[in-house]
Amino acid sequence: MTTQVTIAVRNVVKAFGAGDAAVRALDDVSLDIRKGEFFTLLGPSGCGKTTLLRLIAGFEMPTEGQILLDGTDISALPPNKRPVNTVFQSYALFPHLTVAQNIGFGLQMQGRPAAEVDATTKRMLALVKLDALATRKTSQLSGGQQQRVALARALAPQPKVLLLDEPLSALDLKLRKEMQIELKRLQTETGITFVFVTHDQEEALTMSDRIGVMSHGKLQQTGTPREIYTTPVNRFVASFIGETNFLPGTTVPGGVRIGSGAVVETATSRPGDVTVAIRPEQVRIVAASDPGAIPATITNLVYFGTDTHFHLALADGTEVVSRLQSGTDEARLTPGTAVGLRFAPGAAQVLED
Amino acid sequence: MSAAEDALRKRSDRNGWLLSAPALILLLFAASGPLLIVLVYSFLTPGQFGNVVWDFNLDGWRGILFTRDIFEGTLVLADAHLTIFWRSVWLSILTTVITFAVGFPTAWFIATRPPKQRAMWLFLITIPFWTNLLIRTFAINEVIRNEGLLNTLLIWIGVIDTPIQIVYTDAAVLIGMTYVYLPLMVLPLFAAIDRFDMRLLEAGYDLYASRLQVLRRIILPIVKPGIVAGSILVFVPSLGAYVTPRVLGGGKNMMIGNFIELQFTQGRNWPLGAALSMTLLVIVMIALLIYVRAANRGDNPHG
Ligand SMILES: Nc1ncnc2c1ncn2[C@@H]1O[C@H](COP(=O)(O)OP(=O)(O)O)[C@@H](O)[C@H]1O
Ligand SMILES: [Mg+2]
Repeated sequence: MTTQVTIAVRNVVKAFGAGDAAVRALDDVSLDIRKGEFFTLLGPSGCGKTTLLRLIAGFEMPTEGQILLDGTDISALPPNKRPVNTVFQSYALFPHLTVAQNIGFGLQMQGRPAAEVDATTKRMLALVKLDALATRKTSQLSGGQQQRVALARALAPQPKVLLLDEPLSALDLKLRKEMQIELKRLQTETGITFVFVTHDQEEALTMSDRIGVMSHGKLQQTGTPREIYTTPVNRFVASFIGETNFLPGTTVPGGVRIGSGAVVETATSRPGDVTVAIRPEQVRIVAASDPGAIPATITNLVYFGTDTHFHLALADGTEVVSRLQSGTDEARLTPGTAVGLRFAPGAAQVLED
Repeated sequence: MSAAEDALRKRSDRNGWLLSAPALILLLFAASGPLLIVLVYSFLTPGQFGNVVWDFNLDGWRGILFTRDIFEGTLVLADAHLTIFWRSVWLSILTTVITFAVGFPTAWFIATRPPKQRAMWLFLITIPFWTNLLIRTFAINEVIRNEGLLNTLLIWIGVIDTPIQIVYTDAAVLIGMTYVYLPLMVLPLFAAIDRFDMRLLEAGYDLYASRLQVLRRIILPIVKPGIVAGSILVFVPSLGAYVTPRVLGGGKNMMIGNFIELQFTQGRNWPLGAALSMTLLVIVMIALLIYVRAANRGDNPHG
């Protein structure tokens, strides 16, 4: 399988302001987005996601570095010369135009013939299931419908890349779930490269082909949802995506010696003081007498329906959480019980301290 | 609707009428009363000393377009009157267009300032209102007259040898009216641009629109209510302008306002003056009708 790069971000720095007051919204970001993939930029608020999207769209110019589209440098092109469209967080629909006119706007500005504008607009209306509302003004639509218009408007000119800045954050939970599926369907049907921005890790995991995790203007890790979840490269990624137990320790032959004195077998290794990261569902509770198990005491348990979270304390007081499917051994496992812990093989990750 | 609800509604309707009665009566006498008097006067006969004689005829109305030849007593088309009408309409249209061309960037500039500065700029725009119109017009006269600020300056820096004759031309009237009515254009434009969502500009550029297309296809249609309001606020008083053409246009470059005044003073022809006043009213109404129609049609470019 050949993977063609559509957007290449090369050592991009974006600083706002000058001198000491300058804010480095993006700090040496390099990134390849492949043709036809659903790529998600994930990170907490203020980490620079919108800034990166605006640089790709052309609303901002990089302070340093380049942005390539299909191999050509587009850093200096204005937004109206880039075959890239944006679905804005605020939708930014044109209030003086009807739904159909909004959708046809980009095509008209490109100077396409009227017949083509009409045909494509019809096709887009059908694609987002808004045929019945073609002649409405956009102010008469619900939030979800406006969202669809914004999508159709950005897809109509068939851009090489569609940029979506937290498009679902204004919708309520039920509608958001629906639109997640809808977006995925649109991406598959159109084959257009999507760059999707969100601060919701669950949304990122369920929708993306690949995820780029950002923090403080830096790209922390890029990979498939599974890679990001199972092998986070640092503490930030491990804690931002899903829940994790962090166990400080020192590398010894065969694994890492953690604070309680036990040695944890790890998949990878790194010299010196390190942190072991282990997901709660990878922590198994066994009998205290089990040879090789790490001794622990149950301090508390929280019932979540399908599963139960056990809070445990190791010999030195370090807290560990284990997530078990409900209905297995709960009767035996009450607070105060002494038990043993085993980590699933290959699940314990070694992070820089 | 139940009987009780019905009664309640009737009573609140009646209270509404009662409460607005003073305003309605005032309007009736202050607006319609004088208008009615003017209408009646336009059908009377001029008196010897200016007043009117109660003798109904159409001479006043005929006088708008025709004059009686002194020697032959035949009716001939009054070219001078037509020139005055034409100049009034034309200068008012030009004033509206120029105040828009100057006022739009001004209003845009103010609306895009940080909120704290905006109040200051708006305040500056309204400062001319603090002074009497006559004094402001004389101030303009002081700037553009032959020995005025502008000509003195131009001669001093050597651009010209002899003063440019601006004052007592149509250009002077135009400059004066543009200056006087500019705030009336800027304020409604500002109100409309202030409500404009600037994020739509990025959406426009993102969808391949050029700067000119963004202006024509997005900004202008959305702020149109402000453009319509500003244009009406400038055009209507321009058409009836009196002080500005009087001071800056001299006696020669009359507009309808001055021509009407002439009939009530030296002309001693009150019925003609009254008929001219009614004509001005009709011209304004026709102009507004055409303008509002045109503005609404623009609403639906793909119609
Ligand atoms: N136009 C701007 N001027 C100054 N600082 C900005 C500007 N845009 C963004 N920033 C700063 O850059 C950082 C990243 O912002 P942003 O890209 O919007 O983050 P995110 O979308 O991930 O929440 C923030 O600290 C923000 O304050
Ligand atoms: Mg953002």
